[in-house]
Amino acid sequence: MNKHTSPGKYSAGVKEYRETYWEPNYTPKDSDILACFKITPQAGVPREEAAAAVAAESSTGTWTTVWTDLLTDLEYYKGRAYAIEDVPGDDESYYAFIAYPMGLFEEGSVVNVFTSLVGNVFGFKAVRALRLEDVRFPLWFVATCDGPPHGIQVERDKMDKYGRPFLGCTIKPKLGLSAKNYGRAVYEALRGGLDFTKDDENVNSQPFMRWRDRFQFCEEAIEKAEAETGERKGHYLNVTAPNIEEMYKRAEFAKEIGTPIIMSDYLTLGWAAQASLSRWCRDNGMLLHVHRAMHGVIDRHPKHGINFRVLAKMLRLLGGDHLHSGTVVGKLEGDRAATLGWIDLMRDKFVAEDRSRGIFFDQDWGQMPGVLPVASGGIHVWHMPALVAIFGDDACLQFGGGTLGHPWGNAAGAAANRVAVEACVKARNEGRELEKEGKDILTAAAKHSPELKIAMETWKEIKFEFDTVDKLDVAHR
Amino acid sequence: MSEVQDYGSRLSDPNSRKMGTFSYLPELTEEELRSQVEYIVSKGWNPAIEHTEPENASSHYWYMWKLPMFGETDVDAVFQEIEMCKTANPDNHVRLVGYDNFKQTQGTALVVHRATIKA
Repeated sequence: MNKHTSPGKYSAGVKEYRETYWEPNYTPKDSDILACFKITPQAGVPREEAAAAVAAESSTGTWTTVWTDLLTDLEYYKGRAYAIEDVPGDDESYYAFIAYPMGLFEEGSVVNVFTSLVGNVFGFKAVRALRLEDVRFPLWFVATCDGPPHGIQVERDKMDKYGRPFLGCTIKPKLGLSAKNYGRAVYEALRGGLDFTKDDENVNSQPFMRWRDRFQFCEEAIEKAEAETGERKGHYLNVTAPNIEEMYKRAEFAKEIGTPIIMSDYLTLGWAAQASLSRWCRDNGMLLHVHRAMHGVIDRHPKHGINFRVLAKMLRLLGGDHLHSGTVVGKLEGDRAATLGWIDLMRDKFVAEDRSRGIFFDQDWGQMPGVLPVASGGIHVWHMPALVAIFGDDACLQFGGGTLGHPWGNAAGAAANRVAVEACVKARNEGRELEKEGKDILTAAAKHSPELKIAMETWKEIKFEFDTVDKLDVAHR
Repeated sequence: MSEVQDYGSRLSDPNSRKMGTFSYLPELTEEELRSQVEYIVSKGWNPAIEHTEPENASSHYWYMWKLPMFGETDVDAVFQEIEMCKTANPDNHVRLVGYDNFKQTQGTALVVHRATIKA
């Protein structure tokens, strides 16, 4: 037991942060929330001082000593910088590891944790730039959050899809279609063999297509495609709305018409609203697809902001059944090893520290269900072998242009993707190497599928080879 | 570029109904099916056989053929049960499930015999 000691006499003034908040001998406790920040300090600020300043400003500290500090057990409540490490290949920045005691945070409140960890400290003068790279959430915190409304296994059972990735498609053009024409595009894609279609994130309830009309036409499209194919289908009906009352109104209507899945945009909607919607989804048996608009603002700069792996962990805690993860191979940003790291953080029960994938801490999720990673953006049938190899079965692969851009229309585009994914899964199960033999596998499958053959001819030449901006930190870039 | 082709799926045509994984590929040959059974047992999943009348195929629950073959790793034994199920239920679809007891779901499920659908 800790011996009760007096805090000593009050002395006003400004102290160096490291006197109080730098503790290199501290051994983190299992109950601590741990954070790894990448710090780029102002010139002349020593490493330990900047690390201690970050620990202080993201926990109990303020710029000067106050007498009321002496009314509490600051020794317990303070955040502690306990380690500093070089960033590989970077002379200017370094990693600081900080431990926060459990008593600092409200149980089950992602909002509360991040209000501390990425609060005022990000505008703090002693640091020129600051990036939250990873957070270890202790089991007590994980267990006090709701987590995904259903999780991957329940979704498989509800949708009756086993042994392969789910297939989806975002309906395009993103804006401007009437509700009835939009429903037509949904129907065609679903009857061709997709499991899901998706509202684009900025489809909410504009004058050209009000939400209620869209919901009704899409539901008719789902029901007819289900009757026709004998398979279960869904369309992510976006309930992201200008206010919470409106969000619930749309969600309730989606439930009333019997649709299986709705969607939200967790960063623009707000974290508390996301947690509430997720809880509503669990209470009402509704799957929840989650988009990540605005993430690039937060996670793209390698020296400032929040790494996406933290945003992904956050969403698993807040609750959602699907989350966009990046594709590695399409038109959007994504370093392969880093993406592999955060898709595991979305769906595995335990993820071990692995610096080669940007994972700084072991993360134990206890019994919390997993989130299905969604690969979407600029992908088509030629990417299928790599996608199946990278993501495995527990993912949703979404082809927007890669379905709707088929020369024979959406149904043929959907069938091409379905044949391609099944051919890749079959080949993988037979022990073949998808990324090496992808071309042969698809070419053989196309012999039985004119839809796939035409898709392969249409998209053969398209490649996206821009360099990734947010790369993992390695010695030689 | 070739002429646009129609996509021939119809409510009125029972052959338009699909049945999950691999139902968009040509029916697997015996050798191909053997690889898939080997995959199931290599993952440590428990093979199980189910069947149904084609008109009831969209239900979650098909008829269970006996009990799941817990711990079975002999591909021939699985094939034998599939044949017995087919013989006993000549007009039924038959599917093979691989139960993953750690994930508490089906690791995979694939139709191994498609009944002839009379128009």
